[in-house]
Amino acid sequence: MNNRVKELRKGKGLTQEDLAEIIGVSRQTVNAIEKQKFDPSLNTAFKMAKLFELPIESIFLSED
Amino acid sequence: MKEERKKRITQLAIWTWTWVATLALATFGPEFIWTADSPLTSVSIILNFLNGALMIWANRNLYNHYDELERKIHLEAMALTLGVAVIVGLTYSLLDQKNIIQSDAEIGVLVGIIGITYGVAMGINTKRYS
Repeated sequence: MNNRVKELRKGKGLTQEDLAEIIGVSRQTVNAIEKQKFDPSLNTAFKMAKLFELPIESIFLSED
Repeated sequence: MKEERKKRITQLAIWTWTWVATLALATFGPEFIWTADSPLTSVSIILNFLNGALMIWANRNLYNHYDELERKIHLEAMALTLGVAVIVGLTYSLLDQKNIIQSDAEIGVLVGIIGITYGVAMGINTKRYS
């Protein structure tokens, strides 16, 4: 699944460490999500949507 | 989150090292500190067993603090390790039973294989997601 996490994080002026702390995951997990090596859980996706004030489908994009 | 993680890692480290210490006591105590027929032998084995239970609890406690990716990494490593332990363990036992290997099968060998498999699987998985 493609995503815009890196772009949105940088737009907010956050480091991976900052984002990890806010959504309650490790920095390694944020890195893996940004590199699209790992798809987050629904819970983590909702936390990101709330933080970036965007609907989930604007952050995570289906490859179909 | 980091403070809580540190606390749980410290708890696991404490119970792991005390488990190693009580295992050493139960192993070498009857030989070097007291006589083999002393009740202290049974007491030290029970103490080591209870300490092991606390180590398992601490490990579970740490696992429950992992996030989704960390859990996936550990779960995949554990699944691989379980498979290797069963297959290698039974093959090793058969080799001993059929006298194909010279020495008796030792549980320590299997524990070593489990440790190495888990470590290698963790290393590969961590690299895969970094």
